[in-house]
Amino acid sequence: MTTRLTEIWVGVFVAAGMAALFMLAMKVSNLSTYNEGDGYLVTARFEDISGLKERSPVTMAGVRIGRVKSIDFDNDALQAVVTMRIDTRHNTLPKDTSASIYTAGLLGEKYVGLEPGGDDKSLKQGDVVKLTQDSLVLEKLIGQFVTKLLENDNDKEGTK
Amino acid sequence: MSDTQSLVKIRDLHFARGSRKIFDGIDLDIQTGKITAIMGPSGTGKTTLLRLIGGQLKPNRGSIEIDGQHVETMNRSELFQMRKRMGMLFQNGALLTDISVFDNIAFPIREHTELPEQLIRTLVLMKLEAVGLRGARDLMPSELSGGMARRVALARAIALDPMMLMYDEPFTGQDPISMGVIVRLIHSLNDALGLSSIIVSHDIQETAAIADYIYLLSGGKVVAHGSADELSQSDSAWAKQFMNGEPDGPVPFHYPADDLQSDLLQKGMD
Amino acid sequence: MLDGLQLLGQNAIGFFQRLGRGHILFIAILAGIPELLARFRLVIQQVYSVGVLSLVIILVSGLFVGMVLGLQGYNTLVDFGAEESLGIMVALSLVRELGPVVTALLFAGRAGSALTAEIGLMKATDQLSAMEMMAVDPIRRVLTPRFLAGFISMPLLAAIFSAVGVLGGALVGVGLLGVDEGAFWSQMQDRVDLHEDIYNGVIKSLVFGVVVTWIAVFEGYDCVPTSEGVSRATTRTVVHSALAVLGLDFILTALMFGED
Repeated sequence: MTTRLTEIWVGVFVAAGMAALFMLAMKVSNLSTYNEGDGYLVTARFEDISGLKERSPVTMAGVRIGRVKSIDFDNDALQAVVTMRIDTRHNTLPKDTSASIYTAGLLGEKYVGLEPGGDDKSLKQGDVVKLTQDSLVLEKLIGQFVTKLLENDNDKEGTK
Repeated sequence: MSDTQSLVKIRDLHFARGSRKIFDGIDLDIQTGKITAIMGPSGTGKTTLLRLIGGQLKPNRGSIEIDGQHVETMNRSELFQMRKRMGMLFQNGALLTDISVFDNIAFPIREHTELPEQLIRTLVLMKLEAVGLRGARDLMPSELSGGMARRVALARAIALDPMMLMYDEPFTGQDPISMGVIVRLIHSLNDALGLSSIIVSHDIQETAAIADYIYLLSGGKVVAHGSADELSQSDSAWAKQFMNGEPDGPVPFHYPADDLQSDLLQKGMD
Repeated sequence: MLDGLQLLGQNAIGFFQRLGRGHILFIAILAGIPELLARFRLVIQQVYSVGVLSLVIILVSGLFVGMVLGLQGYNTLVDFGAEESLGIMVALSLVRELGPVVTALLFAGRAGSALTAEIGLMKATDQLSAMEMMAVDPIRRVLTPRFLAGFISMPLLAAIFSAVGVLGGALVGVGLLGVDEGAFWSQMQDRVDLHEDIYNGVIKSLVFGVVVTWIAVFEGYDCVPTSEGVSRATTRTVVHSALAVLGLDFILTALMFGED
């Protein structure tokens, strides 16, 4: 095995390894859809964000227009403060846009869904989304449902 | 022994491995330009002595002086400088098996000098010529016979033109022709290159033929020393046993054991 | 009883001695790196024997592991009606865990044992001693290049393993079992995070590269210079590497992917 042939093979090997890494980065990971930096920040407050994480998607009309940048807790108001980065291209969101936390699929991850209002003015860097609806917590839902069921039964009992 | 020029002076050398004393106060002189043999029965630590001289091991006590410098107190870089002036021929050649004969001899030259490849080629070929193997330069060590491997190792040992060569059992296991070759090489190299040679061996015939001075070691001490003639005429029981190859004498035939009768009876009683 | 305790004590002291020697050797190996950068050809030679020659087993294993993941994953997910998530499952399993870990285990078996045997043999035939006597530091000349080569090769091999595995999973899932190609890839791209998953996987394989190569090189250098000694050292390399990789994997996974 001449030195030259060895070196060629090593070069091929390293290139293959780099190509594999590249392929993983591009085709497998979220690199292509991952653009940090280009966006403006808005905040929204929630009573309950359970399950929402940093980098969770922020959508409007089903299209992802941004990501959750950070989640903080306000000690005075005892609320969750969610900071979202909206892509700069989407700068026509009305000032009275509302934000709700949804679940993707039945057991999927949480995301923030934005619904437009009717205001002429648009959201800018640093604005606060005023109307918010909390994440639907499964346990609370079931609790509400069971309570409703019991109420119905009681009513039926009562009117018999 | 009084000396005009001792290249290597060993004084009161003590070395033990664990609880076993290998050297118990040894004095040795290696004369410049001469071939000095260190002989003795197997297991007396002759190879260990070479490693002590080369600084691979440190003595427990005593001094080893080479060309005026004390090896036992040298640090790593000083030792490395010293070793460039020494060549060592290992018992099995110890060639680097993944590179060719040529590259093996070029190895120390490439590692320690910045000489251009053309010059290195000339040097390597000259060394190979000295040992009679110039035509074998592109062979791999696995393709060499034992005798040839040793000659290549010898060429490698003289690659940097050392001042001193150490041979570890150079005659062991050689056929008569290879033996003759090695003997001739050691002698001519020593004279032609003005080297000082240390041969560690237990082959009396060959060693006596070329050694200028012989040290006989046993039990961790020098038990006899002198020229080959002096030793063969010596009265010392050690010298007599060794030079004449007697199976029993100061070096006993029996490995230390209990009295035979009691040993056999013990077995019976168990 | 007392003999047993004495034996235990001796083994324990011996264990710590080896650990100490191993770490001293590690520092000596690292110390040789700067001067090696000028003689990079030595490293390239070793990357060939350690990396390139491991390519075949990595490619084949990666492909089969990916295909099995596709098969098994489909069988499990289809019960939940979630077979469209097959892409995510295959990709995450490979990139986070199987890529680095299985590659490291295969590497230890193929390249690690070869390194140990080679160095052990050099020790047994006095080649290392001869180098010392020629004033060449055998650690810097023999061990450091091999160590660097392992460090460079491991993440590359792990990436190749994961990439080929994902392709294998796609081959089985989309090609054979009929999972929707668009769903397979887009769900995967949505969930596999460059920083969290891929970078962490690379870090894992770098750590494994250091540990496996270090063990292989140490066992060779430290072995008893007889044929039996070399064979036992080779076995130890594979076993200790496997244990170290699996143990470190747990620690790294807990650190990287644990809940914050």
